[in-house]
Amino acid sequence: MINDITLKDHTQERRIFLSRLLIGGIIALCLVIFLISRLIYLQIYQYEFYSTASDNNRIYSQSIAPTRGLIYDRNGVLLADNRPSFNLTAIQENVRDLDTSIELIQNLIELSEEDVEEFKQRLRRRGVPFSSVPVSFALSEEEIARLAVNQYRLPGFQVEAQLVRNYPLGAPIAHALGYLSSITEEELRSLNADEYRGTHQIGKTGIERFYEPLLHGQVGYETVEKNARGQIMDVLDRTDPIPGEDLVLHLDSKLQLAAWDALGDYRGGVVALDIETGGVLAMVSKPSFDPNLFVEGISQRAYSALNDPIETPLFNRALAKYSPGSTMKPFIGLASLEYGVRTKDYQIQDPGYFILQGDSHIYHDWTWWVSETGHDLVNLAKAIYQSCDIYFWDMAIDLGIDRMAEFLAQFGFGQNTSIDISQASQGTLPSRGWKMETLGQPWYPGETLNSAIGQGYTEATPLQLATATMVLANKGRWRQPILLKRAGLLSDDIQHESAIPDVSLQNSEDWDFIHQAMQDVVHKDDGGYRNNGTAYPYIAMLDKMPYHMAGKSGTAQVVGMAADFDNDAEVPEQYRDHALFISFAPVENPTIALAVFVENGAGGSGVAGPIAKTIMDAYLLNEQGEIKQEFLPEPVISLEPQLNSGAASLGSL
Amino acid sequence: MSSSSFVRQLSGDFNNLEKRVSIWEKLNLDLPLLFAVLVLTGFGLMVLYSATDGNQADLRRQVIFIGLAYIVMFTVAQVDVRVMRRWAPLMYMGSLILLVAVLFFGSTTNGAQRWLDLPGLPRFQPSEIMKIVLPLTLAAYFSRRPIPPRFKHIFWSLVLLGLPAVLIAMQPDLGTALLIGVSGVFVLLLAGISWKLVGSALGVGVLSIPAMWIFYLKDYQQQRILTFLNPEKDPLGTGWNIIQSKTAIGSGGLYGKGWLNGVQSRLDFLPEGQTDFIVAVLAEEFGLAGVLLLLVLYLAIIARGLYIAAVSNDMFTRLLAGSITLTFFVYVFVNIGMVSGILPVVGVPLPLVSLGGTSIVTLMLGFGILMSIHSHGKTAFRYNN
Repeated sequence: MINDITLKDHTQERRIFLSRLLIGGIIALCLVIFLISRLIYLQIYQYEFYSTASDNNRIYSQSIAPTRGLIYDRNGVLLADNRPSFNLTAIQENVRDLDTSIELIQNLIELSEEDVEEFKQRLRRRGVPFSSVPVSFALSEEEIARLAVNQYRLPGFQVEAQLVRNYPLGAPIAHALGYLSSITEEELRSLNADEYRGTHQIGKTGIERFYEPLLHGQVGYETVEKNARGQIMDVLDRTDPIPGEDLVLHLDSKLQLAAWDALGDYRGGVVALDIETGGVLAMVSKPSFDPNLFVEGISQRAYSALNDPIETPLFNRALAKYSPGSTMKPFIGLASLEYGVRTKDYQIQDPGYFILQGDSHIYHDWTWWVSETGHDLVNLAKAIYQSCDIYFWDMAIDLGIDRMAEFLAQFGFGQNTSIDISQASQGTLPSRGWKMETLGQPWYPGETLNSAIGQGYTEATPLQLATATMVLANKGRWRQPILLKRAGLLSDDIQHESAIPDVSLQNSEDWDFIHQAMQDVVHKDDGGYRNNGTAYPYIAMLDKMPYHMAGKSGTAQVVGMAADFDNDAEVPEQYRDHALFISFAPVENPTIALAVFVENGAGGSGVAGPIAKTIMDAYLLNEQGEIKQEFLPEPVISLEPQLNSGAASLGSL
Repeated sequence: MSSSSFVRQLSGDFNNLEKRVSIWEKLNLDLPLLFAVLVLTGFGLMVLYSATDGNQADLRRQVIFIGLAYIVMFTVAQVDVRVMRRWAPLMYMGSLILLVAVLFFGSTTNGAQRWLDLPGLPRFQPSEIMKIVLPLTLAAYFSRRPIPPRFKHIFWSLVLLGLPAVLIAMQPDLGTALLIGVSGVFVLLLAGISWKLVGSALGVGVLSIPAMWIFYLKDYQQQRILTFLNPEKDPLGTGWNIIQSKTAIGSGGLYGKGWLNGVQSRLDFLPEGQTDFIVAVLAEEFGLAGVLLLLVLYLAIIARGLYIAAVSNDMFTRLLAGSITLTFFVYVFVNIGMVSGILPVVGVPLPLVSLGGTSIVTLMLGFGILMSIHSHGKTAFRYNN
């Protein structure tokens, strides 16, 4: 070994070592330069790219759904609000063992295998990691308590609250308000998707649909910083959502419920309008449905019950078109005066039937089936309060279908005149032109006879009948029907000019004449069956009314029947005639216009009339059965005594 | 004999110098090296503070280990390393036994058996000891053999190198095995092994890659390499680390987002941000400027190490100093290279900065050796053999 050392050439060895060391150092330096160029590439050249990537990593923009506006009736009664509903949700990343947890949950709350399958589908569909996925909806208090006790065994599961729509009055008001339900994909395509991020439901019908943009509000945004586990670490920016407008409706919930009750077990529709404003005071369709069912998702069984072919609870009868029958007579009667076809005094001798010239068919009056005589001498007033078909047939020949249609159109027939009831039917107002256009056929004279008594092609909705009655009661002044009274609790009532021109008559006394004839329908009592108003035995005779009510009944055939076929007990219910009644009151100071439609109700005066009277009472009378102060006619008081002794003049009211 | 008289002649000069001996020289501390290491550990703690989100427990542990490492460095610097040449065979045998023992009695963490729990001693990794012992052994071996080494010496040195490398690879800890192998190879290279041999070894290595791939590499190791080649293939899985660390580095830009403002690590997007990927935190918060400062500090240490090796008087200390320094460089390069996406992910911490005590103690022990070499090398030393 010592030899080895002595043999070593230290200088030579050192030179070799140093050269190797130098090479090592140079290589190291080159590699460091390589590293630095890599870092320059990443940090300078690709800075923008990675800076964006870093922000995308952490910054999320999420929308905050606005709170939907509430809906009140005219007296401040809440019709639709938002209540918290509790859902069980899961964040998959935090769940320990999904299947075991689900089993445990099934022991705690009701959760069917289908629910589990749907939940797992939702889990698969979710796009963002660490997002919460609903397991079960609308938990009860007890279920929430049971889950809370077992929370420690269910990591990743939690109970989350969300606001859902609530309709405290339920079914009676469903058709007026409409309801909220899940947004369909089709709807999503036509919506501004940004506005509906975070919102799951949308108004489907009624007010909820028409005023969707107002009720929805404006979506808010929140820019948050999330960590790699999806937890929100910081809120970087926030734009608060703007809640939807609260809506106040013209609707009077008391009247609405009264109309609902008045219909009893009948199917039918009621529309009541405020004559002053055109506001819809009540809009009832019976049978109805619980709108709350749709909010949380309706079960298959409940939904098929809503599709019953006869009951059709989802069908809004207040807005559907039916033959209006004799309720058209006041309007057609007015037309005959306006066009000079008849005078008020013109009389006919009514034999109980009518034969059209050149037609072998014998047209029988409705009374023919009671006793085979006519109404004797009949003028226009009697033709209305006795509802004499013969008079109207005779007159219609002279009036003609086109003039009839032209005049009726001024009252809103054949069109939807409402401002915010878009799903209302337009009805049918037949004329020569209409028939040629829609059916491609010429008009036959017999069809004019049918139209004269509101049958045949003529169809109108309860809303249209109420509207026309309102215009009639108002002596031609138009107000378009509207549900919305004001948007925003404290704002002013909406004022809108009617887009439809007022009806002006050459002789404005004709209004009073028709009003009187319609008052006679309800109140005329002299002379028994052939001389009193058709509705008198069912309304004014039974009750001493503190106000005067004007009305007109209608009984419309559902199916053509053999002439002597009795219209009552033996006929299957769904083939019985529809019963209608239009009315307004008080006659001296018209305040409310009403149309009642009773499906298969058989008798306009006998069935629909009393219902109308009950609704009128509910609106006009106070608890003592007296007419409410505000509906009394304006007292005519001279200015001076009022100034001198206010108390005395008040006392005289 | 002539050499010893040569030394005697020089000793007169040393006596003159001794009058101006500073306190640092008395303490056997190398001031430039100490300064660079101090700045680096300080900067490192700052980055770690941010990377751990101010985790007191982690920081305290790290500070304690750094303190311990300084004590080890200071202590080792007092010892004339040249005495270790004699002890090298014994230390080598002892370390080898510990490596065998770890295979039988080691405790398992993360599927690898790397730690040894001996009664009365803190838990440690025998492979850490080998990081120092292997270059020391090989340096001792070649210091008594002709330079450049002959073939049979190269063969035996490869056996000395291969045994611990294989044992460590069996733990399995391929990264450390390779780095220890590299530290040994540096001794061979510095000892003047012929380039022809180096070239042919590289050639064999390259040719054996497919065989290694099929027969040796485990699934997760193959996966790491595939991921390195195309991290975007599985961005949420195996590619996550490298994508997120590149994002952290790139988004730092020139001057960074500022200390404690690195969102990638603060929001947990960057895994291993305190350990292997800490340079990404640094790059995000201090930008290119910060990384360049870090590299300058490393280069200062490496340059000082190479200088110490170059001016050292005998072959044992030369080889040892050279190997320690170049190995240190490899750590730096592999770590930053892997975090910036130019090398596949291997578990190598950033020297002196990453959280983790043992590696710091080992590294500082290496610096202690460098200081000792520089300080004691100025005086003559007679090897007793």
